[in-house]
Amino acid sequence: MTFADLDLTPVWLTLRLAATATLVLLVVGTPLAWWLARTTSWLKQPVAAVVALPLVLPPTVLGFYLLVMLGPHGPIGGLTQALGLGTLPFTFAGLVVASVLYSLPFVVQPLQNAFEAAGTRPLEVAATLRASAWDRFFTVAVPLARPGFLTATVLGFAHTVGEFGVVLMIGGNIPGKTQVLSVAIYDHVEALEYGQAHLYAAGMLAFSFLVLLVLYLTNKRIQERQR
Amino acid sequence: MTGVASAGEASAAVASNFTKPMREIAAGFERKTGHKVVLSFGSTGKLYAQIHNGAPFDLFLAADNQAPARLESEGHGVAGSRFTYAIGRLVLWSARPGYVDQNGEVLQKGDFRHIAIANPKTAPYGAAARQVLEKMGLWAGIRPHIVQGENIAQTYQFIASGNAELGFIALSQIRDAGRAEGSRWDLPRELHDPIEQDVVLLQRGRDNPAARELLAYLQSDEARAIIASYGYDLK
Repeated sequence: MTFADLDLTPVWLTLRLAATATLVLLVVGTPLAWWLARTTSWLKQPVAAVVALPLVLPPTVLGFYLLVMLGPHGPIGGLTQALGLGTLPFTFAGLVVASVLYSLPFVVQPLQNAFEAAGTRPLEVAATLRASAWDRFFTVAVPLARPGFLTATVLGFAHTVGEFGVVLMIGGNIPGKTQVLSVAIYDHVEALEYGQAHLYAAGMLAFSFLVLLVLYLTNKRIQERQR
Repeated sequence: MTGVASAGEASAAVASNFTKPMREIAAGFERKTGHKVVLSFGSTGKLYAQIHNGAPFDLFLAADNQAPARLESEGHGVAGSRFTYAIGRLVLWSARPGYVDQNGEVLQKGDFRHIAIANPKTAPYGAAARQVLEKMGLWAGIRPHIVQGENIAQTYQFIASGNAELGFIALSQIRDAGRAEGSRWDLPRELHDPIEQDVVLLQRGRDNPAARELLAYLQSDEARAIIASYGYDLK
């Protein structure tokens, strides 16, 4: 068994899933993190707690609820069916939805921290210079929060690559559609095909280490430049 | 306990599909002998890997006949101790009443989005389901609609939640869950190889009298009655 004989379908599928989920997470997570960093509403703590839930809950809980809620008898499943979209379990779109929920804290928390660390002062200064709210956000807040965006992107992506329990519960293990790398590894181990399992697993280990190393090195450089 | 001087302890690794009957059997065995039974449940593949790597069990009740044979040939199992304690029955089941008929015409029609089976590569019931579909000449046509559970427990969940309209599971699961609703077809035995579940005495249990007694108890009338009541065939 060498790398050349390895079926790469689960690898591409995993990368496609992680990229899609990260994109959705940045679009959804940025305004959410911004609100959490700025608001004084009593809702702040409850919302922050909900965002952090996937850190605490076992993936089986999330997977089980998603299977029930997104299924034909569940409230969300009923809605998607009424919209003519069918049901989400066993589809790539379903995995994207699950991954977004599962990786939400890994994107929202670094962004929120970055927005909070930048403080209100630069924004007030920009306001006195008559920058509009949108202008202040995109030309002041976002650039100041750049390390936060980098961390959020990398962690969101890497965490989705490492996802297992949720995908196992709502994916249905369909090659090329929902059989991601972690599930393929599990499959090989269960089938006692340790050769393939080792190759995938070693690749995953090397990938994860490299991603985190690059993240930490880049953040160090950014911090040194800001100092 | 009234003066059982020789009360011992036996530990068994048990395939998860046999959880409920094994709990009942162990309780009967404990009452009868005064020995204590410690049960660990998991999938056959995982338990095999654990035993192979030194997990401390006396007995292994697998969901197939391959893992015990393999352990025996590798020297982890005691030679000659292996036998079939239960034979699984495959059913085609749907949570919808009246959906599954008694001839499998629902499979020929194929007007479903998802049909759930356990992973044929790792789960004996999945392999049997694949055999049935191949024998009926439907495997290729139905394949795009197949969703795979990691094991039959998850396959059951896919069907029970309605996410898959129908699927292949074990008769014992329906007995387990006490689900009378829905519709099912008990597949004729000739449509697939028998799903033989074997037990093997492991090296750690070789000199443990409690483990040997439990192994023998699995073939007692009491144990066989429990096994049959869960929808298994017996050898």
